[in-house]
Amino acid sequence: MKITVTSVLVDDQAKALSFYTDVLGFQKKTDVSVGEHRWLTVVSPEVPDGVELLLEPDEHPAAKSYKAALAEDGIPLASFGVDDVASEYERLRGLGVRFTQEPTAMGPVTTAVLDDTCGNLIQIAQQTTP
Amino acid sequence: MVLGVGDVYKALADPTRRAILDELAERDEQTLFELCARLISKHDLASSRQAVSQHLDVLEDAGLVTTRREGRYKFHHLDRRPLQRLAGRWLQLSEDREDHRDQCPGR
Repeated sequence: MKITVTSVLVDDQAKALSFYTDVLGFQKKTDVSVGEHRWLTVVSPEVPDGVELLLEPDEHPAAKSYKAALAEDGIPLASFGVDDVASEYERLRGLGVRFTQEPTAMGPVTTAVLDDTCGNLIQIAQQTTP
Repeated sequence: MVLGVGDVYKALADPTRRAILDELAERDEQTLFELCARLISKHDLASSRQAVSQHLDVLEDAGLVTTRREGRYKFHHLDRRPLQRLAGRWLQLSEDREDHRDQCPGR
């Protein structure tokens, strides 16, 4: 068994695609119409055949309160690996991205937490010890 | 609301709450998530999120922590004023001592 697709719940798929590609730097992998929504995934350009991230509509009634509760406490919904948290932080801040946590050493990782504009917090993490 | 300094002593009596203040002193304006991660990674304090949240309530009742909502997020801020009043009680002996007596609301 392999993890091939994981998801974030987004409030608007078009807006999410723009943020996850133009700002974060992922690339679109699959875009198929499914009813009123899309099966819309992105991948990292570093691993184009790797795990896909599904930008999944958050229209289930429970999804919004779940997301709001996590956001209030600053809890990220997903974590992405980066080589250098500090430089990603500077790059993304330059693009207007809002961070709820600046780069911070947390034991074997350095992490930061950003707002994906679609209702989620996303952690970026850099392994600092092998 | 007038808070008694007794609340500050009680709030400071717990090592986890002192660690929370240490972390807020290092960086102000943190989410609950960041505080929990710092307690685990820097203080080896694996308190549950609910426990940390309750500690924050005690610190907030003592006036040592205030919270600020910004959009969907809630940030915790260290308010040093109760500590300054507490230190002033014994350190600023030349000051007017009347200012530094225990404030006992309701008595």
